[in-house]
Amino acid sequence: MNKYVIEASGLTKRYGTSTVVDHISFDVASGEIFGVLGPNGAGKTTTILMLLGLCDISEGKVRVLDHDPVREPLAVKRRVGYLPDSVGFYDHLSAADNLHYTARLIGIALGEREKRIEAALARVRLEDVADKRVATFSRGMRQRLGLAEIIMKDVQVAILDEPTNGLDPQASVEFLELIRSLKSAGVTILLSSHLLDRVQNVCDRVALFNAGKIALMGTVAELGSQVLGGGFAVEVEAEQGPHLALRLGAIPGVRGVEEPAEGHFRLLCDRDVRPEAAAEVVAAGARLKRLAFDQPSLETIYTRYFQSVKPGEARHAA
Amino acid sequence: MRREGSPWRGLGVVVLKELSDHLTSARMRVLEWLVVLTALAAVYAAITQVRNVTAEDPFLFLRLFTTSRDPLPSFVSFLGFLVPLMAIGLGFDAVNGEHNHRTLSRILSQPIYRDALLFGKFLAGLATLSISLIALWLLVIGLGLIMLGVPPGGEEMARAMIFLLVTIAYAGVWLALAMLFSVVFRSPATAALVTLGLWLFLTVIWPALAPGIAEAFLPADNQALLVTGAQMLARLSPSTLFGETVLALLDPSTRTLGPVYLSQLQGAVMGAPLPLGESVLIAWPQIVGLVAATIILFVAGYVAFQRQEVRA
Repeated sequence: MNKYVIEASGLTKRYGTSTVVDHISFDVASGEIFGVLGPNGAGKTTTILMLLGLCDISEGKVRVLDHDPVREPLAVKRRVGYLPDSVGFYDHLSAADNLHYTARLIGIALGEREKRIEAALARVRLEDVADKRVATFSRGMRQRLGLAEIIMKDVQVAILDEPTNGLDPQASVEFLELIRSLKSAGVTILLSSHLLDRVQNVCDRVALFNAGKIALMGTVAELGSQVLGGGFAVEVEAEQGPHLALRLGAIPGVRGVEEPAEGHFRLLCDRDVRPEAAAEVVAAGARLKRLAFDQPSLETIYTRYFQSVKPGEARHAA
Repeated sequence: MRREGSPWRGLGVVVLKELSDHLTSARMRVLEWLVVLTALAAVYAAITQVRNVTAEDPFLFLRLFTTSRDPLPSFVSFLGFLVPLMAIGLGFDAVNGEHNHRTLSRILSQPIYRDALLFGKFLAGLATLSISLIALWLLVIGLGLIMLGVPPGGEEMARAMIFLLVTIAYAGVWLALAMLFSVVFRSPATAALVTLGLWLFLTVIWPALAPGIAEAFLPADNQALLVTGAQMLARLSPSTLFGETVLALLDPSTRTLGPVYLSQLQGAVMGAPLPLGESVLIAWPQIVGLVAATIILFVAGYVAFQRQEVRA
């Protein structure tokens, strides 16, 4: 059994003279949630379409579940579920009928269809509108119906293109919850998005796309140390303690202490030093008010990264 | 490079779904009523006319289809006009509709090939047209039985049956054309307008234009060449092909669809009907032309669809 469910190497897509996806390589391990991030037009959707065999590959190799999407598209599409960017359904059919049509296309046996559709609709909490026409559905409901289709299909890999795009905060939190439950059912998930804070919470690893290339790849923490110059930050708020800054700075692993405000310390360190910091504050006889571990946010990483590459971009354009 | 799996996988599913969509759509209902009402009017006019004029015609029944009474055209000319309208109405948003409703990429990510989707849509459209045409055909025959009170002969029925098949092939041409434009143009309105425009051009303008073009390019002193040249040009239009086929099939005394030379008339009994086989033989090139046009247009649409981006 192969550890990786998606393996892409040197994947390239050209339209005429413009290269939309430029020699990208990545692997997605079984059971993980892999985030594909990047600005619009960075080549995320094109990459996804190439994985599904819905778009020709100009150069490079890709294997999905040990099948070649170009030569064996049916084998790939049987095991992979795809939720396109702002998915559409046949408006004049009911939710259940839409799923029935897909179920017949997939080739689910007649006896099993009803059961699986019902179960899938219940999973995404659409069972009470199963017989309503999709025309009346909100955007969030359509997205959920798309996810129900993937659940019904019983796939090994789910590819979701901008799944939370255009959803209100409440709906997108619910949706990410559903995605997490898919993961716990053993489905590998590839997720593309530009809504970073949402994605940060669900993705195991992310790849940052920029102008057809993968700029950065790894866990959020890894990206943080690459882009932000590394390290963690621990915030401490404490009242009255002599030489507290010095004492905190003496903790092993702490590289520096800032004091942006009176009684407010920011420790830059190589590891999580919260326990030692707490002990140190108490030992100094000060009163600890707040202790927080500041994880690098994907948004910060993203913004910082694109600020750093902007000048290069401009030269490209000229 | 061989693809794995059958291109027909899922074809039946697509056909059934599209067929049920067509048969329940409001658009189809309107088109059906349009066809039924106008055709019935034409047949009614023909029946009253036939009663007055022809007493002893061996092919009385076929007159139902071809006789016209003044303000109304005959049943076949009605069909020649309305069948394309129906076919275009069913096909103009076949593919771009899926694009615009963003269903295309979702459907194509299921384990089927694009072939099945396009061919399924075509077959469903053709089946819908066939169902309405067969119903219409039975309606006309039934009306004829009741109002004329004469049972049709075997040969008449055979001719009427072949006429039905040719009409379906004619519908296929326009359906394939409409589907081709539904692949090429992203907006259904543009696709519909272009298809309707081309239909009007081919049906109304082209036959009138053909003699002029022939005169411009062929030597003016050879009258026979001019006539055949103009006819060949006119036959580029499916409407002309349909009209000629119908003429040969439904009027058994038709001996040729081109100009008649004196040598061909030697020994011929004027006005005597030809046997069925001969009539079909006369119209055979036209029938093949209609079927070939359908296939060519469908293949063009198929190639365009295979190369198209699925992203919305």
